[in-house]
This record gives sequence, structure tokens and C-alpha cells, in this order.
Amino acid sequence: MSTATIEKPEVKVSEPLFGKKQRKLISNPLDGDNPITVQVLGICSALAVTVQLKPALYMALGVFFVLVMSNIFISLLRNIIPSRVRIIVQLVVVSTFVVIVDQFLKAYVYEVSKDLSVFVNLIVTNCIIMGRLEAFAMGNKPWPAFLDAIGNSAGYGAIILIVAFFRELLGSGSLYGFKVFDAIGVNYTGNGVMMLPVGACIVIGLVIWVQRARNGYSEAE
Amino acid sequence: MQKSSNSYILVFVIVLTVLSASLLGFVSESLKPLQNSNIALEKKKFILTTFMGDEAVGKLTTEEVNSKYDNNVKAIVVDFEGKPLDITDKDVTLAVEYKTEPSKRKLPVYEIYDANQNLEFVVLPIYGFGLWDNIWGYVALKSDLSTIQGVVFDHKGETPGLGARITEDQIMERYIGKQIKDEKGNIVSVVMQKGEKGGGSKSIEAYENNPHAVDGMSGATITGNGLNNMLKDYFLSYESYLNSKKSTSFNSK
Repeated sequence: MSTATIEKPEVKVSEPLFGKKQRKLISNPLDGDNPITVQVLGICSALAVTVQLKPALYMALGVFFVLVMSNIFISLLRNIIPSRVRIIVQLVVVSTFVVIVDQFLKAYVYEVSKDLSVFVNLIVTNCIIMGRLEAFAMGNKPWPAFLDAIGNSAGYGAIILIVAFFRELLGSGSLYGFKVFDAIGVNYTGNGVMMLPVGACIVIGLVIWVQRARNGYSEAE
Repeated sequence: MQKSSNSYILVFVIVLTVLSASLLGFVSESLKPLQNSNIALEKKKFILTTFMGDEAVGKLTTEEVNSKYDNNVKAIVVDFEGKPLDITDKDVTLAVEYKTEPSKRKLPVYEIYDANQNLEFVVLPIYGFGLWDNIWGYVALKSDLSTIQGVVFDHKGETPGLGARITEDQIMERYIGKQIKDEKGNIVSVVMQKGEKGGGSKSIEAYENNPHAVDGMSGATITGNGLNNMLKDYFLSYESYLNSKKSTSFNSK
């Protein structure tokens, strides 16, 4: 986890809404500080809900809603939350929003909620969310916390959608339920490994590889 | 009050919990009707799918599903002896009945009649246990009350890619045209075999000549066994009903 984000802004003058610092809050988690591929958080759900694009998309939206709402909420409450029970308070806030997401999925997209099953509820324990609340929202104003939440949930969503894209394409030969290979007349037998969590592990590994090769990462830093 | 004092913490936590609980209670209560109608709609879709096929039902809108169900499906509840009970299928919870002795079960049946009021299909709900949790489904029998018209399976927590495949068309298609009774009219059910002959049309061809066997699911033997137990268990529970139906309705095979 990067330590830079915990520091409070030093300048007291009012900050621009979309200054360089604010843009970084969004762009950093998309690449150099990505919650999945760099911080390696939230792997559990990244393995579980990425068999197809549709559940992955709804999972990404669910995490987006939960992270944005809880980051803002915790940031608003940051000065009155007793520090001894702050983790419990964060949990209550996160789980409230998670249950709301779960209820809405069950009411409006029942099929998807069956696919996601227990993993919606597991957003509560998603390390990305607890990590952002503890490391960022507890020490920053609502606006930066809002931007930080957007950046991180987009970073999470981007990776699980990439993984789901390859898993659905190679595993079931379709994209968002549309049979791609049948449409172009190729007889494709789905790759069983891609249907299993192992497939997600491999794809995430490859994504991390590509990202590190591009960003010039070396172990001996 | 000091921010780090026990009383402050207690008040803070209580207020937060009460707020959160009331919000959730409100959300849950206001969404409940929608959720229940989703569950009811899914059940209707399952029943229609068993005799109409997945593709035909997939094209129907919600209103069409409801009207098709209301116009074609007659829901009754029978006991183990096959006698009709004076309750509706809404009074019966499969998960509860499953746990009681077969001879005491209340068994819902969905009868489908054609335009001339001849019995076309009967749809039997089934319930059982897979590898990790409950599995259930619906089986449609043709009017000879032995040939399977179609099946729908669903599950709570079978392994994705392995046992969870019971919900795939490819697996459910294997049951179409199989017989649940032998020539003498005894229930023998349809048994999913261990091992898989290659999937798709290969699986169907492999057991073409055996009306009581379907190809297995590789890597999901225990779910397959659960499926077999569930089918046998419920076909036996419905045996009296099926026999009574056979003697009263004329056979239009």
C-alpha cells in the first residue's frame, strides 16, 4: 500500500476541484497503483466472478457504489469516529451499503444476483474497500475521498473486466452471452481451465506481467 | 463528552447501528414485492421450460410468461397415495417437504392440457442434495407418464464449471426422451453415469440405446449421484399419482 496517500494536504488555501493532485487520485489506481495487479488486493472476487462479463460488470458496479458511498460517508464522519472502534464503524458502513446493493440486485437483475450469489456479500471483506477507508477516507476530505473511490473502483473494475473478457471468450466462446465463434462460423470447444478459478489466476498473472513489462518494474528496486 | 470516553463510543455505535438498521429495513421492505415476483416468475419460467424448451421461453416477455402459465398450467397438490389435497401449490415449500418422509410429503403437480382438454404433460417438482448444498428442478413427462419431455435443474452452491453444470442446456438435453419406467411399468428412473463421453451430441449418442441412462459430468460425480438420488426419490414419491393418472386419462401417445 502506498504511504503517500495517508498524508494530509499541507496547503491551507482552497484547492482546485480537478487539479493535478486530484487527477492523480483517479489515474494512479488505474495503473501504477492498481488495487488488484499492484497491491494484489481483492483477488478473491477477481477469481470468482470473472467467468463471464455480465456478472463481472455488475460486480464492478457494486464495488463502485459501495466504495464511493462508504468513502464519502467515512470521510464525512472522520472527525467524530472514535478511533478505538473505527474498524467496526467502517465495517458497519460498508456492510450497510453492500446489503443495499444485494437487495437491489435481487429486485432488479435477479439472474445476475444468482450468478454473483455469495460474492456480493463478500464485498464487505474486500480488502480494497477496507484499505481505502482506513488509508484514505479517515484522513481526507469528502471530495478527495470521492475521487479516490472512483479511481480505485475503476482500477478494480477494469482488471476484472479484462480478466472476464478473456475467460468468457476462451472458456465459453462468447462475449456478454453472445456466441462470438458461432457467429463467425468457427467451431470452438471451450477451454475448461478458463471456466475454473485457475484460469483467472493465469489471466491475472499475464495482466500483471504485461503491466510490469510496460512500466519497467524490477524486483531490486 | 470526551471523544475517547466509553460513553461517547457507546452512544456513537448505538446511533450508527440504529440508523443503519432502519435504512436496511426500509430498503428490504420496499424491495420485497419485486424480489418475490422475481422468484415467482422464475418458477413459472422453469415449469414452462420443461415442456416448451429453453429457447421458446427465453423469447417470452414477463407478461407472456404469466399469461402462458395461467392459461396452460393447472397446479394441484397430491399426497403420497396420489389423492388430491385441498391446498394450493403456494402452501407447499419444497425445501420443507423434502425433509419429511416420502410417504408424508405434500407433492405439487403441474398438469398441462391441450386445447381439447387432453392431458399433454405433467410437470413434477423435485428436490435433493448435491455436493455442497440443495439442488432442485422440474421434470416434464409426456402423456404416457414415462417419457421425459424436458428437465430443468437448479442448485444453490455446486462447484462452478463442475457440478454447477447441471443448469446448462447441454446437460439437461441429455434427459430428453428418456424413460422413467421400464416395460413392466416399474419406476427405474434415469441414472446419470460416471464419466463423460465427450459432451454435446457425443454424450447423447453414447446412451441413445439406453432409455434409463444419461452421460455423466466429468469431475462432478457426487453432484451426479445427488441428481440420481433426487430423481429416483421423487419419481417413487409420485408413483401412485402417476399410476392413478394413467388409469383415469386415456392414453394419447
